[in-house]
Amino acid sequence: MSGSAAIAKGVVSRWFRRGPWETAAMTLIGGGIVMLVQPWSIDLYSYSFVTILAGTLGYVVVSHFPE
Amino acid sequence: MDKMTTILQPDDATFPGMSEPAKSRTARPVRGLSDRTIAWLFVAPTIALLLAINIFPLVWMIRLSFTSLNLSMSYLPLRFVGLDNFTDILTDEDVWIRLQTTAQFVIWSVAFQVAIGFGLALLINRQFRGHSFWTTIILLPMMLSPAVVGNFWTLLLQPQIGPFNYLISLFTGVPPSSFSMTGQVSLAPWTIVLVDTWMWAPYVMLICLAGLRSIPDYIYEAAEVDRASAWRQFWSITLPMTVPFLMLAVLFRAIENFKMFDMVNLLTSGGPGSTTELVSITLKRAAFEKWRTGYSSALAIILFVTVFGAANIYVKALNKVKQR
Repeated sequence: MSGSAAIAKGVVSRWFRRGPWETAAMTLIGGGIVMLVQPWSIDLYSYSFVTILAGTLGYVVVSHFPE
Repeated sequence: MDKMTTILQPDDATFPGMSEPAKSRTARPVRGLSDRTIAWLFVAPTIALLLAINIFPLVWMIRLSFTSLNLSMSYLPLRFVGLDNFTDILTDEDVWIRLQTTAQFVIWSVAFQVAIGFGLALLINRQFRGHSFWTTIILLPMMLSPAVVGNFWTLLLQPQIGPFNYLISLFTGVPPSSFSMTGQVSLAPWTIVLVDTWMWAPYVMLICLAGLRSIPDYIYEAAEVDRASAWRQFWSITLPMTVPFLMLAVLFRAIENFKMFDMVNLLTSGGPGSTTELVSITLKRAAFEKWRTGYSSALAIILFVTVFGAANIYVKALNKVKQR
């Protein structure tokens, strides 16, 4: 394996780990659900679906990252 | 070995006690079908059924959510409206209020179910006379259909003939026919919480019981040696080791209650007014009373994505519990 390929693999394994990304996606989903049902701001309600959708699609993608 | 030809015995194989015709039947080789093909043949009907009753309606609903279809005027040509239905829903204060009503129902019913379910699990976890009998009695409500529960609670809560009002009047002195649990704005939301808690607290009890039974005895024995009080044992051993199971119960019940329709529809139909109108009832009204198919498809997708997202968190929590 050449040096640049090893560095690239190191970068991938450092940045694309499943754990933190899954946590981020789940936080996005949870935040979106809170935005959907909170009684204070209709603006938050309006952006809730996009937030949940981003979190859900993100979760589907990041759950295929290596451990 | 890929082919099935070697699975069955060759013609000359003999088995003790087997008659000649039987031997010739079992010895017939199957040719031409690979293991993979046979596996697909078995799985194909299930996949076809899944595509027909799950995937196709979902894809069709996604398509309809971008249209202005109204089934009461289905003779009109189908018009593509882009994201208009989603924009309408996400700027509609009525839907927003219905979602808040749903959230309040979810929060209160899950809180009561967890408190009562955990308490029952702590009681049932002790060995006592008639333990199995009482476990069965407690589990009975969750075995009933929500339609049955909705119907018989409607009868129980009748102001004139229902025994529930008489029971309340026995303790409070209020005349039984002076209040209606399902007909009063102040009582109806608590009625649906009460009935849902009655039905599903036993389920939470079962999950908590599994958590309590998974705690090894030697931990309690060590705590006894250290002279830890029963209260200290509860806070330092029982509760922390049952929390993953409680989380599982909370997530599962929250998802189920977010989708709740049948029982509430039978008990109050969303009334009085729209006090107990959960978002699933709003969806039903939009789809089958106002016939706004495009709009209701968009609302259904919003609810689907929300439940799907929550289910991802649930599965993650489930895996954590499994790893314990």
